[in-house]
Amino acid sequence: MKEYKTITSVTGPLIFLENTENIGYGEYVKINLSDGSVKRGQVLDTSGSRVVVQVFEGTRNIDKNAYVKFSGDVLKIPVAYDMLGRVFSGSGDPLDGGPKVIPEARLDINGLPINPYKRAPPHEFIQTGVSAIDGMNSLIRGQKLPIFSGSGLPHNQLALQIARQATVLDCTESFAVIFVAMGITEEEAKYFISDFEKTGALERGIVFLNLASDPSIERLIVPRIALTTAEFFAFNYDMHMLVIMTDMTNYCEALREIGSAREEVPGRRGYPGYMYTDLASIYERAGRIEGKNGSVTQVPILTMPGDDITHPIPDLSGYITEGQIIVSRDLERKGVYPPIDVLPSLSRLMSKGIGKDRTREDHKSVSDQLYAAYAEGKDLRGIVSIVGKESLSKSDKLFLDFADNFERNFVAQKSNENRGIQTTLDIGWEILSKLPEDKLLRVSDELIEKYMRRFMNAPNKTD
Amino acid sequence: MLLELTCGVINLENKGTIYRISGPVVTATNIDAKMNELVRVGKEGLFGEVIEIDYDKTIIQVYEDTSLLKPGDEVTTTGMPLSVDLGPGLLGSIYDGVQRPLPKLSVLMGEFIKRGAEAPGIDREKKWKFFPLKKKGDIVNYGEAIGYVDENEHTKHFIMSPPNITGTIIEILEEGDYTVEEVLCKLDNGAVIKMYQRWPVKVPRPFKDKMMPNVPLVTGKRIIDVLFPLAKGGTAAIPGPFGSGKTVTQQQLAKWSDTKVVVYIGCGERGNEMIDVLTEFPKLVDPVTGGPLMNRTVLIANTSNMPVAAREASIYTGITIAEYYRDMGYDVALMADSTSRWAEAMREISSRLEEMPGEEGYPAYLSSRLSSFYERAGIVVTLGGKIGSVTVIGAVSPPGGDFSEPVVQNTLRITKTFWALDSNLSQKRHFPSINWLESYSLYYDSLKEWFESKISVDWDRTRAEAMEILQKEAELQEIVQLVGADALPPDQQFLLEISRMIREIFLQQDSYHEVDEFHSLKRQFSLLNAIIRFSRLGNNAIENGVEIDKIIKLESKAEISKVRYRKDFESKIGSINETMSKEFKALLGEE
Repeated sequence: MKEYKTITSVTGPLIFLENTENIGYGEYVKINLSDGSVKRGQVLDTSGSRVVVQVFEGTRNIDKNAYVKFSGDVLKIPVAYDMLGRVFSGSGDPLDGGPKVIPEARLDINGLPINPYKRAPPHEFIQTGVSAIDGMNSLIRGQKLPIFSGSGLPHNQLALQIARQATVLDCTESFAVIFVAMGITEEEAKYFISDFEKTGALERGIVFLNLASDPSIERLIVPRIALTTAEFFAFNYDMHMLVIMTDMTNYCEALREIGSAREEVPGRRGYPGYMYTDLASIYERAGRIEGKNGSVTQVPILTMPGDDITHPIPDLSGYITEGQIIVSRDLERKGVYPPIDVLPSLSRLMSKGIGKDRTREDHKSVSDQLYAAYAEGKDLRGIVSIVGKESLSKSDKLFLDFADNFERNFVAQKSNENRGIQTTLDIGWEILSKLPEDKLLRVSDELIEKYMRRFMNAPNKTD
Repeated sequence: MLLELTCGVINLENKGTIYRISGPVVTATNIDAKMNELVRVGKEGLFGEVIEIDYDKTIIQVYEDTSLLKPGDEVTTTGMPLSVDLGPGLLGSIYDGVQRPLPKLSVLMGEFIKRGAEAPGIDREKKWKFFPLKKKGDIVNYGEAIGYVDENEHTKHFIMSPPNITGTIIEILEEGDYTVEEVLCKLDNGAVIKMYQRWPVKVPRPFKDKMMPNVPLVTGKRIIDVLFPLAKGGTAAIPGPFGSGKTVTQQQLAKWSDTKVVVYIGCGERGNEMIDVLTEFPKLVDPVTGGPLMNRTVLIANTSNMPVAAREASIYTGITIAEYYRDMGYDVALMADSTSRWAEAMREISSRLEEMPGEEGYPAYLSSRLSSFYERAGIVVTLGGKIGSVTVIGAVSPPGGDFSEPVVQNTLRITKTFWALDSNLSQKRHFPSINWLESYSLYYDSLKEWFESKISVDWDRTRAEAMEILQKEAELQEIVQLVGADALPPDQQFLLEISRMIREIFLQQDSYHEVDEFHSLKRQFSLLNAIIRFSRLGNNAIENGVEIDKIIKLESKAEISKVRYRKDFESKIGSINETMSKEFKALLGEE
């Protein structure tokens, strides 16, 4: 271990050292301050006799007299099975008053890319009990499916509902949730933790907390610590890990902060040009591996600044993740919970995990038909606002009603309502049965007979 | 192994030391390296490429993770630029960005990709049965075939003299099983020919002459083949925001293109998508040969979390392999998904080099790099005198779906076909979600003759009519938004009905349906022709005072909408046309 007391400058989250000797790139660093406290960091740039270190806990109180110790190794964290049920800080220290983790292994937080050849194709449907997700944008084990939301929308409530209800049909394998908070408020964190405690989810979960008041640079390592832990459980203990990360927007802000402190050439809106690669190194850690039973599924949450989906954060995320669930302000205003706008939402892996033997044979057809009909109904809303409802044909009026019906009866549900996939699909058929049968082009006649006919004679409950 | 070059000049090894490390960019001193030379960095011998020489400093981009490299570590030159192995065994392989076979890497390092592993692109041990085509005393020209091996049951892999080797044969092996390392043929000037050759990826493989592309690349996708066709040897760009179906379109093209070889580059994209291709392609049937689709495919997978410099190299690795098969006289299609990730890799390296940035932080050489990549496409007369082609289809992922950003704009200046993906269409589950108003193909005029002579003399007329209807629909939609469809005169209402048929029956195509996912050109034409015929007859009827409702309810209209799913398409479309004639006759007779 090499130790230096040669700090020449401190700017933002970075310190610069001189007269160093052959320090490795990416080395893990400890900084002993004159007041006795210790901070941690990582080498960002190293050359002959000069080193740049980014300090995770922020550079407050660091002076030129601080000792900097270079470990000769990358940042590794201790992991153990006993971590289940515990709460940790953003640097991996226990926050719940419990003992330190006795490591079973020490792992590099950056992980390693999975060899694409050894990936196993994801195909197991996760039932979240939320119709708009299960029916229209199914979550599959090993997928990374983010929730794109806006400030003030109930994405946290939705994430909690998913964490609470997520199950795999006909499956008794062990399952755990890892919750990662990045820069959220203490209040939000308390909301999550108390809900976890109340529902017992914490017993099969691990929490990593970096609050808004914690150093922003720590946000760059907390998702990596959490995913390293998730991989450990998934691939050593064959467990199915659901990793919920909130809020990725805060993560990206921290990335920008480092970039500008390093005086890098900024990309779009000041975010660093390597943000895509950086986000990929987090999101791509979801997946399954050939020959192993466990899986890592990610549900990152991000708030779109100004509800703008073309903002670099949602934009780059959308290019990496396998779809997105969009939480809409319009639906929220209409009082629909969960306010998921299914039209721009997407699950790229859905078709792999649904259908006969997985969910139900009619799943794909119903969801396609619901999509098409809802899209048509929404288009008609635009026309109605110009020409009025009277000028619509009879069948158009039915589509217009369908759109409302879909939002009120299919999308909307209670935040403690755990709807099975069968119920979800049946509700879909029930509302479709109000449309003229010859307009249902996406479903075959056999499916109509088998699943929809019984609703057609039933009294009109939905009105 | 690295010194066994069949082309290029060999340098002696030369050692230097690392001076600085910043991400994938390493600076070395005291080393005498050439520009673009391949070097080995650090104790583990990580691969890197020289990208800048500045006085005594040599700047290297490293293709693997650089953590824990230290100043003072050794850097060794190899004397050659980044090259790939070209020989039998490429087909059916899956490589990373610098042509290391991923199955081999998983044997060496397990499920995760660690660094410092060396794995040749082509199996050195495997024996192939060689059939000579030349004999002692024959002259071998540059790039000429001296024999072939059966790479698989449908592909003859010609063993060609490298583009810089020629001479008279003084010795050639007989038919028999050999490894790629064995010398097959000795020439009078001392040169030897083996089953494989190495070629530097950044140098286009030479050819005799480039020709005008005038044969269409048949993809089986109606909107592409009829409205916006691509020529063999042409270039196409598919830009679209996320979720608009770029990857699905690319994969569909990889499945259905009528080429001998497909090179599919997953450049900085999702790992789960690559595994999709890997699990699906071996099960699918090659539409050209009937063998497994994987047998004609070379996959290059450099997912977004794999090292960024290797991502930059993956595009070159892919196009070099494509050119190699072109040189055998084959048609090759190359799909690059996505070129935006490639451009971003360039941007990332460029900003580490602290170069002056151009537009949106991209390096100023973005445009020239993109154009020199697309320029490697083409239909050519090879050095060996055969005709082969490389067709390049590049996906572009513009931030926010904004087509005015630099990668899209620079790509559009070079590529001749533009398939604009539209997220509004994909949200309506209209696939392929190619926007028919924004897309274009500059090849159509040179392909028109081919379509008219091979498929139907009415090809151009029918296509033009369909395009006109779609264009008019767009204009009418604006009016409909204001006054409602009922206010339009009957002929315009009918036009909207026809355009709806074109959109929903002809342009939409179900890639999960066994019959609909691929339509031959003949089928495509007869389907469109039936719709256009219905339009003509319908317009005539309306002029003669027939009510529009009666026309819309005709049996033949309902049948057209279902015929695309039928296995007995040909006979069915014939009977639909007959029904149509009868029905319209009856309608007019009524009046």
